[in-house]
Amino acid sequence: MNARIALLLALALPLAARAEITGKVIRIGVLNDQSGLYADIAGQGSVVAAKMAVEDFGKIPDATVEVVFGDHQNKPDVGSNLARQWYDVDGVDMIIDVPTSSVALAISQLTKEKNKVFIGSGPGTSDLTGKSCSPNTVHWTYDTYALAHTTGLAEVQSGGKTWFFLTADYAFGAALERDTSAVVKAAGGEVLGSVKHPLNTTDFSSFLLQAQASKAQVIGLANAGGDTINAIKAAAEFGIVKGGQKLAGLLVFISDIHALGLQTAQGLLLSESFYWDKDQKTRAWSKRFADKSGGKMPTMVQAGVYAGVLHYLKAVKALKSDADGKAVVEEMKKLPTDDPLFGKGTIRADGRKIHPMYLYEVKKPSESKGPWDYYKLIKEVPGDQAFRPLDQDNCSLVSKK
Amino acid sequence: MILAVPVQALFGQLLIGLINGSFYALLSLGLAIIFGLLNVVNFAHGALYMLGAFVAWFLLEKAGIGYWPALLLAPLAVGLLGAAIERTLLRRLTGLDPLYGLLLTYGLALILQGVFLNFFGSSGLPYEMPTQLQGGQALPFMFLPNYRMWVIGVSLIICLGTWAVTEGTRLGSRLRAATENAPLVSAFGINVPRMITVTYALGVGLAALAGVLAAPIYRVGPLMGADLIIVVFAVVVIGGMGSILGSIITGFVLGILEGLTKVFYPEASNTVIFVVMAIVLLVRPAGLFGKQA
Amino acid sequence: MSEASVQRIETAAVSQRVPIAVLVVLVLAAPWVVYPVFAMKALCFALFACAFNLLLGYVGLLSFGHALFFGGASYASAHAALVWGWPPELAVLFSMVVGAALGLLVGLIAIRRQGIYFAMITLALAQMFYFYCLRAEFTGGENGIQAVPRGHLENRYAMYYFVAGVFLAGFLIIYRIIHSPFGQVLKAIRENEPRAISLGYKADRYKVLAFVLSASLAALAGGTKAIVFQLASLTDVHWGMSGEVILMTLIGGMGTIFGPVAGAVFFTTIENYLSQAGSWVLVAEGAIFVVSVLAFRRGMFGELSRLLKRPL
Repeated sequence: MNARIALLLALALPLAARAEITGKVIRIGVLNDQSGLYADIAGQGSVVAAKMAVEDFGKIPDATVEVVFGDHQNKPDVGSNLARQWYDVDGVDMIIDVPTSSVALAISQLTKEKNKVFIGSGPGTSDLTGKSCSPNTVHWTYDTYALAHTTGLAEVQSGGKTWFFLTADYAFGAALERDTSAVVKAAGGEVLGSVKHPLNTTDFSSFLLQAQASKAQVIGLANAGGDTINAIKAAAEFGIVKGGQKLAGLLVFISDIHALGLQTAQGLLLSESFYWDKDQKTRAWSKRFADKSGGKMPTMVQAGVYAGVLHYLKAVKALKSDADGKAVVEEMKKLPTDDPLFGKGTIRADGRKIHPMYLYEVKKPSESKGPWDYYKLIKEVPGDQAFRPLDQDNCSLVSKK
Repeated sequence: MILAVPVQALFGQLLIGLINGSFYALLSLGLAIIFGLLNVVNFAHGALYMLGAFVAWFLLEKAGIGYWPALLLAPLAVGLLGAAIERTLLRRLTGLDPLYGLLLTYGLALILQGVFLNFFGSSGLPYEMPTQLQGGQALPFMFLPNYRMWVIGVSLIICLGTWAVTEGTRLGSRLRAATENAPLVSAFGINVPRMITVTYALGVGLAALAGVLAAPIYRVGPLMGADLIIVVFAVVVIGGMGSILGSIITGFVLGILEGLTKVFYPEASNTVIFVVMAIVLLVRPAGLFGKQA
Repeated sequence: MSEASVQRIETAAVSQRVPIAVLVVLVLAAPWVVYPVFAMKALCFALFACAFNLLLGYVGLLSFGHALFFGGASYASAHAALVWGWPPELAVLFSMVVGAALGLLVGLIAIRRQGIYFAMITLALAQMFYFYCLRAEFTGGENGIQAVPRGHLENRYAMYYFVAGVFLAGFLIIYRIIHSPFGQVLKAIRENEPRAISLGYKADRYKVLAFVLSASLAALAGGTKAIVFQLASLTDVHWGMSGEVILMTLIGGMGTIFGPVAGAVFFTTIENYLSQAGSWVLVAEGAIFVVSVLAFRRGMFGELSRLLKRPL
């Protein structure tokens, strides 16, 4: 008997978790990795950024704005389950952030089904505005195509003509290698070879040996997260950079450099669309952010969350409604963007946000004036050159003229 | 060139394969010792390896105690924890199906990993390599870091030393006897329960030592033992858990095999050991060095 | 078989009619009481746990790699529904066939050893399969297979009753297996394999067959889950999933019929509540394992069965 009652109770418990959906609340869900690999890149910092944006935007007549957050643990099933519950039961209108491309693709699909809004500030895959594009999705901050173009193109132009790739053996790594290879070759460079390593490799010694033996001028790291960090560490141990070869991180964030330290990471090439020390406006905002985040400077993903929330609220205010996700995104595409972090920009028909990208090199310890002073600017690439042109998108939203 | 691979690269990879092999050997040795006497497959072995690395990290971060003392202190600390685990938890499972031991230690592994994941995240922490072992030798076929030579050397010494102790000394013979017939051995006045506790502590101490050795080259992270333990399971199945020398040899050989795979067909490097396991099972089910049941 | 044992089986079958009826009522009523997606998740895991229990509780074989069948089927079903455009029923049936094939392959290799070794072998083979899925084209790697269509089951209640139907069908199949002469032989092999062999039963063949059956039903659960969540991902083939199904069976009650269902519901509920607590779920899982192995080996329904003095 007891077990059956317990069973009934156990089935009934989730009922208590239901909430009411009201039209007077604009609920923004910050979905990212709170405790794992990307917790420093996005994590709680993104929540801080979102809340700052809500504060800075000001009052919207007849509505309150709420920010909730959740942890997708870098798994598409966890992320999509939580998002589904958020949309079905908890009245969330917009989901933002979602680093980890596999989760982002799932969220984009779900958001289209439920006609809400998804702003991807964290994910890299350029498929979000390509073959998996959606009228409910906006892709902010960066994508793999832009990174490949900025790092690859700018580096070849600066003299790094021969490349060797260290590629994580999964779809994302392969995409990074493919995009960057294409750019390098088109710019007149040469790809001497590549080696695939299993995902989550801890020991890069054998792969770096092969990279060293190739004598390529640039070693491209077509991987992400822990793999990139381990590869950079091992490269320092093997004296790769001291031996004259350059390392190009194809997906590296300032929080990774902070974790590695300048001694290990010096000389690394990378691209970002935001750096806290870029100009007076970014410095001012970043200082406010750091005060709320225990002294940590914002990453470009967190900056993208701030800018994305601002623009979303702008569109909702203009439309006076948050109910129809597709309509809100259309409005976001109609209105030009303007924020202190990314400057002036636009959102294209395929959902891609356009802004300039920057190629940076990590400073030597002697060149740095203090913590977080890590980058020196090598080159700025304007938005219309950095991102994939509309006609190459393969996106169903873009009409072929 | 051998099969389109330059000889230099081949030797370089072989040497690196030996390093992986060192870890496999150390860990499968600990597992074999524990299984031999307690009949428990210690799923927590990977988590205790991780704990060893973390103890070394703590010692450095909080107490400024460096690598060399950590090599002794970490295994000691984890060994003590192991003794506590054995006395309070594993002892209650004597006489039960050994599968319960597997499940209990699996639970312990989850607890350890979960706690560390919560406090440290999954990306891991750096551990400074001791200055005396930094740098390396510029050999004609590769640049060989000193630290990796050190790892191979230490593992060989420890593994062969352990084997010598179990085969050649009185303590070792008592251990082996107790594995065969515990009641008879205790009838001789030997304190079998205490021997069991010490054995478990020793086994996990070996794992912790491997963890300290790993700390400078693989980052110290909560999941560093999780996937590794499954490979070590495959190693012990291949080697046959009855034999200590067998697990040592198998560990090193499989490490080299894995290293070679990384040269010729890198995509398969993390599954080659499982493939070998499947083949060995079909051909010689008791394992290469195991005794037929 | 003797009169007495036949009577005992029949009595057992009769005395379980009431719990079965209760289960059916609960299953049919659930979507009106709780969030249907949650209920569907619980049902899929319940079927998975029951399939696993067939192997562990009744044959005594601990497989630490059942995620291979669950996840592999999930990919098969997702692929069939998305790429081949099959209706969900066919996709799920296809995934069962795939599960059976995988079960045969793994079973033939793993049966060579017993007990602990069997567990480690299944774990290693499942890990190999995980790495394969990570790299293979059709699984989508890290992304998994997404946007799996639900076909004509778009309505959430239609979807739910399909899943309920699958669960009840699977449950009844397992029930029939356990209460059949085949099931008796399995139990005999678990109790005393040498004696069963001496009686003329080819133990290895029975074990492999039981393994294939368990794998097929686990595959049924996995294939259905892919349609429910419209996603097949690496989580489903990861060793953590193998550990979870062991936990569900353990706390529910190994060797009981209803235990795994309760264990699955319990576990799904806890996971739901702790899902935002990050890695504390792992700690909770581990703690439940430790406590159950030390003090609660019979599980919920095992203890209940002992109290009520009737098989459950």
